[in-house]
Amino acid sequence: MRIVLTLATRDLRQAWQSAGLWLPVAFLLLVASLYPFAVGPDAALLRRTGGGMLWIAALLASLLPVDRLVAPDRDSGVLDQIALRGIGEEMVVLARLIAHWLGFGPALMIATLPAAALLKLDAATIGLLETGLLIGTPALAALGLLVATLTAGLRSSGALSGLLALPLAVPLLIFGAGTLGDGSGAALKFLGAASLLLVAITPFAGGAAIRAGRE
Amino acid sequence: MSRTGLRLSGVACVRGGRLLFRGIDLAMEAGGSALVKGPNGIGKSSLIRICAGLLRASVGTVERHGKVTLTDERLALDMEQPLRAALDFWARLDGAGPQAVDAAMAAMALASLAQVPVRMLSTGQRKRAALARVIASGAPIWLLDEPGNGLDDVALSLLGDAVAGHLAKGGIVVAASHQPLPLVTPVVMAMQDYLPTEEAA
Repeated sequence: MRIVLTLATRDLRQAWQSAGLWLPVAFLLLVASLYPFAVGPDAALLRRTGGGMLWIAALLASLLPVDRLVAPDRDSGVLDQIALRGIGEEMVVLARLIAHWLGFGPALMIATLPAAALLKLDAATIGLLETGLLIGTPALAALGLLVATLTAGLRSSGALSGLLALPLAVPLLIFGAGTLGDGSGAALKFLGAASLLLVAITPFAGGAAIRAGRE
Repeated sequence: MSRTGLRLSGVACVRGGRLLFRGIDLAMEAGGSALVKGPNGIGKSSLIRICAGLLRASVGTVERHGKVTLTDERLALDMEQPLRAALDFWARLDGAGPQAVDAAMAAMALASLAQVPVRMLSTGQRKRAALARVIASGAPIWLLDEPGNGLDDVALSLLGDAVAGHLAKGGIVVAASHQPLPLVTPVVMAMQDYLPTEEAA
């Protein structure tokens, strides 16, 4: 546990120092301010479609830091040095998942507030959106990290990680955006299930990917 | 606590579909040192990584008794961090205290650079920093891949002193280098002797 904490603290500091934390936030706000230009200022239309659009923006924003999540540490030998100390790759990925979500999830949820105002969303929709993001952002972080471990050794990994992650993100998008128009709460439960699954498999799948990349 | 040791028997390595070397036997006890020699690309680094457990031997077995520490051409220190903080991170993972880092930095003459960010250090200073991490780790088995690269004469003699001190305390050193290193009475392994037969002269 102490090791996970040490690793996560370092990962969070690295993300902060590389200024990578602002990228998803800036992206989300930019998309939200461009959207009314594209579809016109009709408040009713914006209100009806804005929530789903913010889910797409959040999903794409989660892909932005992917090329910096694992590859630099792999290339600089940090992952090898950690492995030498007898620390399992699963622990490394788990710590990185915690750090990545802390740096990405809450910031994205806060950025959603001004973005929602730009799109004239009402209070109930904002509430559903934030709840959905609270449940969904760990899955988005896990998905980005998983793809980052898989593509760490490859050239032009940026384009490939988009192709890998987006199909896997479809359930998150369906249930995440589905929570907005769903009174029963079923979509929220499915979103929670999809999120739990991704968060649970990422340390193992990502750890195996790092180990395989060493050969 | 079991005794320190490193034992390779019949180790062969295949990389990229090519057999690099085969039949490597090495038995190291406490206080033993080995120098792996040979031209570029012959498999010195692969052998060191096999000793470290980062690569699997294609054939043969590797036994390690005791913790392993490695330094290779990759620095693995956070560039934006001051040197001291970057070394402290690894010391925390090693379970080594701040005194160990102090002593290691003094041994590599880095004490005056403690607050300098790693990215500002020169090639030789970075190499010394990586060696300081090896010293601070407290691990009994040192694996040094080209430890002399980029070091000046003064730093080379510091390295020699550190290695001699480590061996005197019952440690093990395996170094790979194409240049002479200040090791005293090492087991010299010339990698040319372990080439696949059809390529041997």
